[in-house]
Amino acid sequence: MEVGGAGKYVYPAAELDRAEGEAIEALKAGSQQPISDPDQWLDEELHRNILLTTVDAVINWARLSSLWPAVSFPACCAFEFITAEASRFDLSRFGMEIVRASPRQADLMITAGTLTWKMAPNIKRIYDQMAEPKWVIAMGACAISGGIFASSYNVVPGYNRIIPVDVYVPGCPPRPEALIYGIRMLHKKIAKRSLLQEG
Amino acid sequence: MTVALSGKEIAGQLEGKFPGSIVESGRDCIVVNSDSLLAVAAFLKDTQGLDLDYLNYITAIDYYDHFEVVYQLVSLEHNHSLVLKTRCYQRDNPTLLSVVNLWQGADFQEREIYDLMGIRFEGHPNMKRIVLWEGFQGHPLRKDYL
Amino acid sequence: MALKTEPFVLNIGPAHPSTHGVFRMRSTLDGEVIVDMEPVFGYLHRGIEKLAEERTYTGVIPLTDRLDYLASMSNNLAYCLAVEKLAGIEVPERAEYLRVILAELQRIASHLIAVGAFLNDCGAFMTPILYMIREREKILDLFDMVCGQRLTYNFMRVGGVSQDIPEEFLPALRRFVGQMPGFIDEYDRFLKENEILLARAKGVGILTREMAINSSAGGPVLRGSGVKWDIRKADPYSIYDRFEFDIPTGAAGDCYDRYRVRVEEMRQSVRIIKQAMEQLPSGPVRSEVPHLIHPPVGEAYAHIEAPKGELGFYLVSDNSIAPYRCHVRAPSLINLTALRDMVVGWKIADAIIIFGSIDICMGEVDR
Repeated sequence: MEVGGAGKYVYPAAELDRAEGEAIEALKAGSQQPISDPDQWLDEELHRNILLTTVDAVINWARLSSLWPAVSFPACCAFEFITAEASRFDLSRFGMEIVRASPRQADLMITAGTLTWKMAPNIKRIYDQMAEPKWVIAMGACAISGGIFASSYNVVPGYNRIIPVDVYVPGCPPRPEALIYGIRMLHKKIAKRSLLQEG
Repeated sequence: MTVALSGKEIAGQLEGKFPGSIVESGRDCIVVNSDSLLAVAAFLKDTQGLDLDYLNYITAIDYYDHFEVVYQLVSLEHNHSLVLKTRCYQRDNPTLLSVVNLWQGADFQEREIYDLMGIRFEGHPNMKRIVLWEGFQGHPLRKDYL
Repeated sequence: MALKTEPFVLNIGPAHPSTHGVFRMRSTLDGEVIVDMEPVFGYLHRGIEKLAEERTYTGVIPLTDRLDYLASMSNNLAYCLAVEKLAGIEVPERAEYLRVILAELQRIASHLIAVGAFLNDCGAFMTPILYMIREREKILDLFDMVCGQRLTYNFMRVGGVSQDIPEEFLPALRRFVGQMPGFIDEYDRFLKENEILLARAKGVGILTREMAINSSAGGPVLRGSGVKWDIRKADPYSIYDRFEFDIPTGAAGDCYDRYRVRVEEMRQSVRIIKQAMEQLPSGPVRSEVPHLIHPPVGEAYAHIEAPKGELGFYLVSDNSIAPYRCHVRAPSLINLTALRDMVVGWKIADAIIIFGSIDICMGEVDR
């Protein structure tokens, strides 16, 4: 790999591109079915240990009050997320105003935008790097099912082909109020978690 | 108002300098042979009075038996424009000469035409796919894809 | 003893903590200085040009919204102008004035985000962009009044606009236009002579005049390099020849000049809106156009001065209800051609600022 000054176009080797292309094709071939939504929270018979209910309540309250989103801003819905964070529809009252650049410090992924097959391995990598417990909000029509672009050759029909999704927020783009409603639903879902479900 | 230069006039000038290069000329566009594309483009850019130094866009269209590549050239100084077209008749591996050494703005646009239509541009320093990935089969914007 | 170093390849992106979307810069670094850079994009390639061939002419308008999603009204306008040129459809006067008012409001909204994000990248973390989003919310409320949507409007139609404005729109617009110059002065008071901004942006990422013309740059990038070229004056579309406004240009072509050009353009947009509001006539807002438009066989190219540059639509028709070919001349993609030459030789932090000052929108780059 050579280094040249400005004006001489020296480009990196094609092996990098080919390797990335193979990763994308492999992911595409392996994602033909949607991943089912995590739904253990719907179980009626929760065998709660009586000693742990208060601990559960406190831990769940701590987690839901400070969900930190990871950076994932592909497309138009990103701007409704940014305005939701700004001063009018203040997201910091939910403890969510810091968008963590490093996914290791985040526990929520708000997928704001269309997912394409080219971007899919990167989103999967960001999701895998987030530490448990982690949640995903699919924001917008493109995240739920591919939206207006569903029949295109490069668009993944919904994020749930690649990562499991907890809350779906419809809209194109959803208003910030709708996103906040979706976040509140996620809070209710988290409040029903139990320590026994983990591990 | 940006004046669209008359195709017939420019065609007349070009026939004088590069005989056999013009295929047809319309009201505001000229169609040239793919072999003389680079020479005609250099002439249009460097001639005093034409000075077409700003490449507005390059695009390609798939008419089932041939591809047509359209260039729009503008002169910022004289405020006139011209549409230059050329045709490729092969379907399997169509190639054209690249104008990236005349107008650097052709860089990404020619790569995109290669990616989506399959027309290679010889002389381009980095002819590879731009919006899709290496290993993608086919060229999506062609009429026989999907 | 000489230290042995070797260059090292680093990926900046595609997911990076600035508001510019999924763009990747594969940079070769020597220490902290970038010696080579290759932009990689396509992470938001949704195939809009191919999808446009499967939808009717009116059905492509929602797709065009999502191109530059920060300036949807401008995209709609450019597409409708192209179809009207292809099919020879006239637009009534009131619709023309409404289009100009909405397009200029959209320009202010888009430049507010552009300037805010640029300052975000410079290090003024969140404060200027919060102020500018406050103004942008007022504009989005105006758009909400008109068409019910905040971001992707689908409001312009072939032959006019889709519906007339409600009664509360003009008083609200008058109030906004009265307040806006005061807000721009407020931003200037804090930022124009700010030491840190001058140190970070003046002289950084210079794009010379010849380079700008050769790499087909447009919009504030071209005007920041000293070329006085604005489609609204050079090739007026719609009714822009009836309004008086100036074209701000920069001298040096660095990031600071592009920022100043955008701020001055906001002032000029306010001026145009004031003139358009005074001259607004009454009448129909859409001419009689059939539901399924069959333009005659041919092609047309229509371009406008979008906030990011010259946006054009090249349409080819074969007399059916759907376009045969719809090509988008995307300003963000073409402005990026010069990015490599602007960034090489600067440090990573400067590369982020230079990239922010070009102001791209990935929906347009990738289409």
